[in-house]
Amino acid sequence: MVCRELSRRRFVKVTGTAAAVATMGIEGILSARRAPVYAQGGKLHIVRWVDFIPEADVELKRQAPEASKALGAEVTFEFINANDLQPRITAAIQSGSGADIIQMLWNWPHLYANGLVDVSDVAEPIGKAQGGFYDVFEASAKVAGRWLAMPHAVIGNAVAYRRSWFNEIGAKEFPKTWEEYREVGKKLKAKGKPIGQALGHSFGDPPTFVYPFLWDFGGAEVDASGKKVAINSKGTIESVKFLQSFWKDACDEGGLAWDDTNNNRAFHAGEISATLNGASIYIVAKRQKDKIKDDKGEPLYQDIEHAALMPKGPAGQFALYLPFQHSIMKYSKNQKLAKDFLKWLHQDANYGKWFEVNEGYSVGAAKKWEDHPMWAKVDKPLQVFRQAARLTRAFGHPGPASAKATEAYTKYVIVDMYAKAVQGTKAEDAVKWAEGELKKIYEG
Amino acid sequence: MKKPIAGGAGSAAPVEVALPHSGTSQRRALTGLLENERFLAFVLLAPTVLLLGLFIAYPFVMGVWFSLSDISVGNPAHFVGLRNFVKAWNDSIFRTAFWNTSFYTFWATIFKLALGMWLALLLNRHFRGKRIVRASMLLPFIVPTVLSTFAWRWMFDPTFSVLNWTLYKTGFIVAKLPFLSNGDWALWCAIAVNTWRGMPFFAITLLAGLQTINTDLHEAASLDGANGWKRFWHVTWPLLKPVTVVVVVFSIIQTFSDFQLIYVLTGGGPANSTHLLATYAYQIGVATGLLGEGAAISLCMLPVLFIVVWIQLRYLRRLEGA
Repeated sequence: MVCRELSRRRFVKVTGTAAAVATMGIEGILSARRAPVYAQGGKLHIVRWVDFIPEADVELKRQAPEASKALGAEVTFEFINANDLQPRITAAIQSGSGADIIQMLWNWPHLYANGLVDVSDVAEPIGKAQGGFYDVFEASAKVAGRWLAMPHAVIGNAVAYRRSWFNEIGAKEFPKTWEEYREVGKKLKAKGKPIGQALGHSFGDPPTFVYPFLWDFGGAEVDASGKKVAINSKGTIESVKFLQSFWKDACDEGGLAWDDTNNNRAFHAGEISATLNGASIYIVAKRQKDKIKDDKGEPLYQDIEHAALMPKGPAGQFALYLPFQHSIMKYSKNQKLAKDFLKWLHQDANYGKWFEVNEGYSVGAAKKWEDHPMWAKVDKPLQVFRQAARLTRAFGHPGPASAKATEAYTKYVIVDMYAKAVQGTKAEDAVKWAEGELKKIYEG
Repeated sequence: MKKPIAGGAGSAAPVEVALPHSGTSQRRALTGLLENERFLAFVLLAPTVLLLGLFIAYPFVMGVWFSLSDISVGNPAHFVGLRNFVKAWNDSIFRTAFWNTSFYTFWATIFKLALGMWLALLLNRHFRGKRIVRASMLLPFIVPTVLSTFAWRWMFDPTFSVLNWTLYKTGFIVAKLPFLSNGDWALWCAIAVNTWRGMPFFAITLLAGLQTINTDLHEAASLDGANGWKRFWHVTWPLLKPVTVVVVVFSIIQTFSDFQLIYVLTGGGPANSTHLLATYAYQIGVATGLLGEGAAISLCMLPVLFIVVWIQLRYLRRLEGA
């Protein structure tokens, strides 16, 4: 016979809860206006990316024991490289084992729909109570009317640039159009301070650059139905041609081999003058002001400015921000516990602490967080992120952000179309190649 | 239990013999069974067969099944015949990956063989500190590939490359060399790292082969007036051929299915220009979740490797027969 040992602490917890329920009843719990401490037992394993704001992960680790105490179960976080999340999800779903909750980026819930638990009962009330989730989550986390992931945050991006270097070449404000930006970039590159942009196989910076760039010129991967590939258009070809010259004239051509960390390091080292990025360049520079300095020995962050959006193209000015969610895996034996954890995580007091640590790098998933007192305290360059999440489009635009759109992203088709072109492939041929790849995905 | 019984001839002392008891008959049966060669062979081979079946045959059969199905992450498999293979063949990235894999394997193996042979010949000589040099030579092979490749990635970094910095400071270049940001350069960089990592395996194995060659043969050749090159070509090389073929076979298999090095160094970029079949199969199968297509790409390595290995082993058999 198996006899489980019952520790004194566990005994007190279990009997205490039972006694509370017995004596107070459900009215007692409701009047206390907080979830009772359930000794649910077990372990809850959550996998997330390694945040570009290290303090954000520290805060979650700090909260883990609190969550454990509140839920009566051991809550553990595991942080892995963001580029390894998708392989991890595939392996977990196929083997039917692994973490209970895994962080989802972009519209991944569409790709893994059959392996995820419906969390509508968690997401709906929280979204409602917090002023509604941003539209991007309807597209990314909701599949066939069900929330398959709990929206968690949005990482906005902006062009971080060196104010003094732009001033030196006569650019008193950030260029308004791509054409102006190329002229400015040309002068900066001539001074050995090019614009930096990742165009390699990495989860964040390359797609957040190329998709809006494509839209700025009127290009799109598919039509509004999401079924017909529309990449081979005048707008797309124009955008590819423009990037070929922009890359050569104004950019650090090493960007072809960059991942999401390179531009941060290059900017902090004074190797590049501008780059599209989240707020992490500014925040890390400020938090490490004694280490990260400019060429005059002053803290670098003082010279960083943010342009909320990339320049305007012939068709407009668009953005692609990174929506983050948490999904409960269908194989998890702790689904109820996982839902309780998500509710706990999104309680104002808990979420708020993590939100404040981020200082605008990760903004709330719901509109309520735009009114948080933190915004009154953060520096001016970070204010651009306050309502940034309202602006973003999603993969597959103008069609739905479907699993096909995720597949196109995961295969880096749009990124590679531009990467091929800047390496010398003729613009028309690069677009034709992308058209072929997209047709295999959308129409195959 | 032992009991005296009458027996033997004349007045011979009674002989004590052991009578069978209950346990003895079982033991005898077991002994009889083990003396049966077929049964013994089965018993001895069973653990190995089980392990091979579990860890090699089962995944392989599953891989074949996946490649013939439309399985994707979280979705069940349906038989689709050769559709995944046809799709792969019509895929320009697959063709690039196939070409890259062949190119990478060919040149890396050539360099590893040439440099490994050169190193083995040097290490076969007597000099002070020979043991330390031999041991340290194995370092690239011992260090985990991921770690050493990370170090190389830093050296080839587009912005902070120490190689670029050194070449620039010494006046050899005026602009950064595009180690990883140009497809051709990146593939050659990968070949260089693979050579650096794999050369010790060649050197040590060939060194072991060199040490089995009788020195008398070299002395006799010297007496006949053969110079260094002739001694190598007519004495060392023919005797080293069998070992070389085995090492080359191993190397081709490992290099053709290489994954870690490219995954860490370039991730298959820029623009898929350094994808190998293994990394592309991983991107499609594991990252994108199209397990059937990934398995098909992965299985395409099999016939190529089979043909190469078959040719080389046939050659080896001919050498041994000669």
